Amino acid sequence: MLLDVSKIEASYGASQALFGVDLAVAEGEAVALMGRNGMGKTTTIRAICNLNPPRAGSVRLAGTDLKGKPSHRVAKLGIGLVPEGRRCFPNLTVHENLVAAARPGAWTLDRVNVLFPRLAERHAQMARSLSGGEQQMLAIGRALMTNPRLLILDEATEGLAPVIRQAIWAAIRKLKAEGLSILVVDKTLSELLPVADRCVILENGRSVWQGPPAALTADLQDRYLGV
Amino acid sequence: MLTRETIVNIVLAALLLAVPLAANASGQPFYVTIATRVAILALAATGLNLALGLGGLVSFGHAAFFGIGGYAAGILASHSFSGEPLLFGLSGTKQMPLIWVVAMLVAGLVGLLIGTISLRTSGVYFIMITLAFAQMVYYFAISWPAYGGEDGLSILVRNQFAGVNTMKPVSFFLICYVLLMLALGLFVLVRGSRFGSALQAARQNEVRVATVGIAPYRIRLTAFAISAAMTGLAGALYADLNRFVSPSMLSWHMSGELIVLIILGGTGRLFGPLAGAALFVIFEYLLGGLTERWQFFLGLILLATVLFARGGLLGLLAGKARHG
Repeated sequence: MLLDVSKIEASYGASQALFGVDLAVAEGEAVALMGRNGMGKTTTIRAICNLNPPRAGSVRLAGTDLKGKPSHRVAKLGIGLVPEGRRCFPNLTVHENLVAAARPGAWTLDRVNVLFPRLAERHAQMARSLSGGEQQMLAIGRALMTNPRLLILDEATEGLAPVIRQAIWAAIRKLKAEGLSILVVDKTLSELLPVADRCVILENGRSVWQGPPAALTADLQDRYLGV
Repeated sequence: MLTRETIVNIVLAALLLAVPLAANASGQPFYVTIATRVAILALAATGLNLALGLGGLVSFGHAAFFGIGGYAAGILASHSFSGEPLLFGLSGTKQMPLIWVVAMLVAGLVGLLIGTISLRTSGVYFIMITLAFAQMVYYFAISWPAYGGEDGLSILVRNQFAGVNTMKPVSFFLICYVLLMLALGLFVLVRGSRFGSALQAARQNEVRVATVGIAPYRIRLTAFAISAAMTGLAGALYADLNRFVSPSMLSWHMSGELIVLIILGGTGRLFGPLAGAALFVIFEYLLGGLTERWQFFLGLILLATVLFARGGLLGLLAGKARHG
């Protein structure tokens, strides 16, 4: 397994948010992390990246225990995070955003520009002046520039116009086809399920269901994901 | 493509060169000395601008590096003069380039040391801890009688630079001017480099930087050390300008002055420190001629800058900063 998350627990101060999450991503696999709002999806991702280090349980990346490793070390080991809410560096240009993150590997500035031609067009523009969709592309491009072994996308298409969403999903499908391992959080099942090889559902800070998208029946969807 | 900022920068650089040359030609060396002061303060503040402007590290202790550079010049010169060996049998020197290297090395190393500890904190704690370190150096200098203690240390004859008569004010000014331009060149290089992008990114958001695999601490420490070395070089020049070093170069007033220069000129802007230093020295000269309490008016101007012209002089002349 590339990523192996076993029984992690995490809290924000005194309030515990995760009570045992199990999750695995194999090499080349795309896993969807699902659940209603507040069930612990983002907390799980923060725990994996040690932004909010787990109190119990273990996170392993290609066999390496991530316990106690600072976030930048986790990123260097190969986790590329696209955080929730289009987190670019607003006062750097598109080019600087990408280059600052670069680490040697298959992904280069040229390849990112091919994946997202919009970024090439706007390379000298300040990131804060980009549209929401472009900022999201930049955040994904920036994560790719670190040449990650696992790409984590947290709500990558939230609040974007349908055309832009399609562009981003197309890029994600392309990345998957190239064999990149992906952990993805998204609310739109119709777009998420065709991409995912496997789904993991969280409820109240626990992983409660795992299986292929085909096994995610309408009943299960209603039980765990419906509003 | 010439942006408005580039034009303003060229004009400022040309003015700083033209005014003292004209003053020299018309036989008024006093203005040359004033311009030299501007160039040196601008160099010191450019050093601070690397840490403060690009890295967002509000160091309230850069006087330590300024003073260390000054003392490096003073101590090396005094040993060269007296012929006493300095350390490990090494003698002092009167050669400016060697003095500069020593000043930058020592200031850079002290910067590394201070940075190693203080960069573990942030915000107001960082301000206070850098101030505390600078005060330690200040009291150390005061209580060290070998080099004048509170009275300071005189440099009897200005140090030498091969092929240049440094006692001529305009020659010494040109040396300082060239060093300032080199420092500004380095600032451009750093700002445009990957390292510079990462430094500015770390200022904007530490967590985001960590998630792309950059350790903000190391980037900041490197920037802090480079910044300290540059301010140290300015200190060495300042000592040679006044031919005198005293603990006042190390005092927290000096640290504050450097921050004021940057704010007056424009934080994080390439020519902000130069614009700020020029304004500061002109105020000091004009207002200081009118009233002893000129710093009261400087305070008012600073207040107005912070309230109404946050981009400083460059913000007014060249428009909003690219890096806000």
